[in-house]
Amino acid sequence: MNANKTLTHTNGADTDAGDLMSRRTFAKVLFGGVGLCYAGAIGYPIYRYLASPIERSMETTKVSEVTLPDAATLELGAAMMFKFGSKPAMLIHHKDDTWSAMEAVCTHLACTVQYQAEENRIYCACHGGVYDAKTGAAVSGPPPKGLKAFNVKVQDGTVTVSKV
Amino acid sequence: MAKLIASLYGWVDSRLGLEEMLKFAKKKTVPVHKHSFWYYWGGISLFFFIVQAFTGVLLLVYYRPGPDAYESVRQITYEIHFGWLIRSAHSWSANLMVASVFIHMFSVYFMKAYRAPREFGWWSGMLLLIITLLFGFSGYLLPMDELAYFATKVGLEIPNALPIIGEPMTNLFRGGLEVGELTVQRFFALHVVVMPALFLPILVFHLWLVQKHGNATIPSEAEKPKSEQKSIPFFPNFLMKDLAMWLIALNVMALFASLFPWDLGEVADPLKPAPTGIHPEWYFMSAFQVLKIMGSVFPGALGEGLGITIFTLGLVLWTLIPLYDGKHEKGRRARNATYFGLLALAILVITTIWGYMVL
Repeated sequence: MNANKTLTHTNGADTDAGDLMSRRTFAKVLFGGVGLCYAGAIGYPIYRYLASPIERSMETTKVSEVTLPDAATLELGAAMMFKFGSKPAMLIHHKDDTWSAMEAVCTHLACTVQYQAEENRIYCACHGGVYDAKTGAAVSGPPPKGLKAFNVKVQDGTVTVSKV
Repeated sequence: MAKLIASLYGWVDSRLGLEEMLKFAKKKTVPVHKHSFWYYWGGISLFFFIVQAFTGVLLLVYYRPGPDAYESVRQITYEIHFGWLIRSAHSWSANLMVASVFIHMFSVYFMKAYRAPREFGWWSGMLLLIITLLFGFSGYLLPMDELAYFATKVGLEIPNALPIIGEPMTNLFRGGLEVGELTVQRFFALHVVVMPALFLPILVFHLWLVQKHGNATIPSEAEKPKSEQKSIPFFPNFLMKDLAMWLIALNVMALFASLFPWDLGEVADPLKPAPTGIHPEWYFMSAFQVLKIMGSVFPGALGEGLGITIFTLGLVLWTLIPLYDGKHEKGRRARNATYFGLLALAILVITTIWGYMVL
């Protein structure tokens, strides 16, 4: 800064004050602009570098349908976990031979929930949230809303789970 | 807004004494003479070290030591966005750092800046140089490609040749009898934890000494009467020039890193013969060539042992130079020290070129 001042003074000994100001403003804008270019040229690659896995996991969330070839052998009153995109999901074979599937991520604070067969409910061990085993609707505890439910189709021993 | 900043500055200043530091920095001067250019090289080395720390942390985000080492570097180079650039910057900046450290060392030597009271500056600098070279050696293995594998295998043969302690020590560093995934794991721990932990305090010591004693002027300048010795304030004049040099260094490094991206060879395979024309990095070429010459003159372990002895002896003499030529006087000792420096430089340059010519 000081160096700039002396430079302008010696160069512009006979210029008026207005000229001096504009010259300083010009230098400021110039250095600021070049500095921003450097910050961008360094910052952008680093951001993209660090963000690489985010982009990839975004890709995996784009899944709209998952096929589970062995799921039809699931016993009555049992549940299995599978991955829907990047998130854990749950397939339940009810005692009345109906099926439900839902995202197994608690709507409260994102713990993975479990199916409790003896009480026929979905339970979150973290803070005691309870969901309905058939619909995934919130029953009691802290969850603000129900679990995200999926469509289930059973055909020739293969279970297909898709987004609603 | 300006008032707010001023009061905030005042608050911080009254607690940290910023004005005092500024006053100190303004009082500090840097000599100006026809060899002032060489004063920048310590700063340039420091800049490249900062780049190393920065890009190193970024690589740490994806690098996996152990059996996955090669695959993770392959992913960094080919799959992660701009991973090739970060890795290339780390490699190029490493080489440029070694180069500027060498330039810094030789300029300090020939300007006789190691003389009293700056002996500890010289010795801490020598330690930093050795750790810098070890940084290079340990980092070179981490990608675990063919070149990395053989470079480490050959490099470890040198401590292995030391009498008595050589073998057990080398096995300890290698984590076994052969270079493998355990070696990578060990070198990784050395490269990212142990060596920075050794390097940083020595660096702080080194920089503190520069603050304490200031830049040494050259002997021919020191002879002149005080009124004829020119200097500029460290702050802001020299600092601005220093930062301008850093900008140039950044541009050079970025240019090399993006135009000549660092290669990744094939995965290391202990059953594959070494590729023809394999050679060490340029900063180990001189040592490599001396060992080769010694080996051809004195066959067997004798040549290797003699080569290592000569190098160690040279290094010890080089380090102890302030004890031999420590006083501010001309004369036989001062001249001999300069001749010794020229001899060392000549041997280094000639054996390096020789090494590349016989590849």
